[in-house]
Amino acid sequence: MQTVPCVTVKNVSFWYGSNQALFDINMTIPQHAVTAFIGPSGCGKSTFLRCINRMNDRIDGAKMTGTIQLNDQDIREKSVSVEALRRTVGMVFQKPVPFPMSIYDNIAFGPRTHRLASGRMLDELVEKCLRDAALWDEVKDKLKSSAMALSGGQQQRLCIARTLSVSPDVILMDEPCSALDPNSTHRIEELITRLKTDYTVIIVTHNLQQAKRISDMTGFFLRGELVEFGPSETVFSTPTRTETDDYINGRFG
Amino acid sequence: MTQLAKTPVLLQRRVTNALFQAACGLSAVLAITILGYVLWFLFRQGITYFKPSFFTNLPDNVNPALGGIKHSIIGSLNLLGIALCISLPIGILSGVYQAESSGKLSNLVRFLTDVLNGIPSIVVGLFVYAIWILPYALKHPGQGYSGVAGGTALGIMMIPLVMRTTDEMLRLVPQSLWDASLALGTPRWRTMLLIVLPAARNGIVTGVMLALARVSGETAPLLFTVLGNEFLGPITGPTDALPLRLYKYATSSDPVQNSMAWSTALTLLLIILILSILARFLTRAGKRI
Amino acid sequence: MYVGAITTTSLILLTLVLAIGCALLWQSMPAIKALGPRFLSGHEWDDAAGKYGSAAFLSGTLYSSAIAILVSVPISICSAVFLAELAPKWIRLPITFLIELLAAIPSVVYGLWGIFVLIPLLRDKVMTPALSSPTITKIPVLKTLLAGAGYGPSMLAAGLILAIMITPFITAICRDILLAIPTIQRDAAAGLGTTQAETIVKVVLPSAAPGLIGAVMLGFGRAFGETMAVTMVIGNMTPNTPDGRSIALFDPGYTIASAMANKFTEATPGIATAALIELGLVLFVTSMVINLVARSLVKFASRRLSA
Repeated sequence: MQTVPCVTVKNVSFWYGSNQALFDINMTIPQHAVTAFIGPSGCGKSTFLRCINRMNDRIDGAKMTGTIQLNDQDIREKSVSVEALRRTVGMVFQKPVPFPMSIYDNIAFGPRTHRLASGRMLDELVEKCLRDAALWDEVKDKLKSSAMALSGGQQQRLCIARTLSVSPDVILMDEPCSALDPNSTHRIEELITRLKTDYTVIIVTHNLQQAKRISDMTGFFLRGELVEFGPSETVFSTPTRTETDDYINGRFG
Repeated sequence: MTQLAKTPVLLQRRVTNALFQAACGLSAVLAITILGYVLWFLFRQGITYFKPSFFTNLPDNVNPALGGIKHSIIGSLNLLGIALCISLPIGILSGVYQAESSGKLSNLVRFLTDVLNGIPSIVVGLFVYAIWILPYALKHPGQGYSGVAGGTALGIMMIPLVMRTTDEMLRLVPQSLWDASLALGTPRWRTMLLIVLPAARNGIVTGVMLALARVSGETAPLLFTVLGNEFLGPITGPTDALPLRLYKYATSSDPVQNSMAWSTALTLLLIILILSILARFLTRAGKRI
Repeated sequence: MYVGAITTTSLILLTLVLAIGCALLWQSMPAIKALGPRFLSGHEWDDAAGKYGSAAFLSGTLYSSAIAILVSVPISICSAVFLAELAPKWIRLPITFLIELLAAIPSVVYGLWGIFVLIPLLRDKVMTPALSSPTITKIPVLKTLLAGAGYGPSMLAAGLILAIMITPFITAICRDILLAIPTIQRDAAAGLGTTQAETIVKVVLPSAAPGLIGAVMLGFGRAFGETMAVTMVIGNMTPNTPDGRSIALFDPGYTIASAMANKFTEATPGIATAALIELGLVLFVTSMVINLVARSLVKFASRRLSA
């Protein structure tokens, strides 16, 4: 397994106004691997995920201290453009969020915004992203039809394809399967395993079996602290902390 | 790495973003500036005749500057009173019906309320004229106008507003209040009358006051119905009202009357403001639900 | 019995709407019988000659409302975007309140302001310079529009005052529609690296489009039926053209509502009055149609968003 660091987190704490939500998080997320964040509701794992692409900037009264580095560059440096950051670090949300436009326009949205491609190149890019997201065969005949007409699982794969359209390095996923049926969940898990050859995936999940199945590294969050972080095999079979052991074995949830 | 840096394309996008935000902000500022402009004139010009004698005197033919609009104020109040008499029973009762049902009939009623709401005010006045005054005027030329007719027109305009507000306020009453009463064996109508309606009372009063504020400034429905008056007459005859007086003075060629028009406008606006502020005050003060 | 009582009251509403239509129809019968379709196509309204044609009033109404919409829509939608998307939290309530205050001012007060402030302003700062300007008389479209009698009361004044009056109305509805669009759509767009303007223009506004169009139509419907402010600034005179119609902005004119308000006092019982009532009937029907189409658009849009 590659251990080239991709995202380096140093002493990150986070506040919503006067409420502290994250306490001194430190970790190194490796490239081309799947890292999972697990923990009970409200433990801060989603909050932390949103720090990585600076989505929390959009919240009034949000404050972060510490540094997050993407390939050795501090993402909050003045010279960094947040729009470019969000291109490089994409996000897939819990609920599938297709834009109210055609399937083609959904995928083309990112490239058009960042002026990445047009005309024939754009057509090819749309096809590539849909193929990589395992959706091409199902929609290739109806690219101009509305994305809202797709099923839940298809919509989520569309959102993944949309994220891929701007060639990110990192893909953040916030409980991407929690709104989907088991079949769709399985397809997306397969997709994630394939994606890690070219991308770095960070996934927040409530589903411990899912984390065990697909992740290479796992981080366990509890009440805003990173209790344990390491290779998934180790974390799940021989955790070093009792809290981790308790959570994994369902002694609290 | 350069991939996160700010590129020329990005700077161009950011400039567009800033221009867009500025345009939107300026639009809002423009709207408010116009408001300020109108109000500024209202106060500056209206203050001239804004004195006690203006409110306590009737128009003075000998000494126009000493005249007042007492009859218009009283007329307006009377008209609003009549409007209330018409719109309250019908509006509240149909509001109760709306809150209690959800069938095809209630959808139809909701639809009709929308239609009624959208009818231009001049058409409502014309309707009252056509049905009530015209037949009388054909036999007694030049007669038939009355404050009652005008009040009716205003009442018709208030009905949809009162109904909607009653419906919404009733729906806000928590189910637990209903359950508590029904569980004691109280019939539904008594629960509504004695428990639910009083609970929604503040919200309904607010809505009614806002409807009054809206309707007190209407002139068009009065054009065909009350005719206007220089004196204080009975409600069953020609009556004057503030907006009507304003119209008359504004379009007159007498500069004194023009000046009084501004003061009349100021008076009207003040009444509307007081009604609106009182209404909002009630909502905040009476939030027991 | 309870159910019966309240059902009856709402049936009163039903009969009321029908009654209005029927009453107007009944009292305008003499005119309908005497004039027939000429009422809608004729341009002249002459009591003495017994001619009653409402075409000029109808086109005046359409023209003034169109001007109002053209001026008001950009301002309303941009203000709505400002209030729903851009303004910092603390500023939203005061500005919303102030814009609502614009809506609380009665039409006749706007008319007063129109007569003594807007009209002199337009006449001195816009019309007189434009009419005497050598450059404007050379530009093709402008020279037909920026023309006319130019002594103040005009279609332009009416259009502008209507614009002021419908702006708060359209802004409020658009603002509600924009607020109804789920936040997560904006999050998804931001996650792809868009600027705020791009999110609003490419994702939010297209999503809100049917509702926004409905709001604009509702504003149009409002402008259509507006009486007092219009009648006080539009001049209530037929412009000096062969067919009594003019697209020159500085010419006076009529709208259906202003004609009704203006001619009522002179109308003798009989055909004249019946013709006026027929005018009212036309106004009743047209504004009802506009409002119904508009409301269904707004309803369709909000249903689509919540689905």
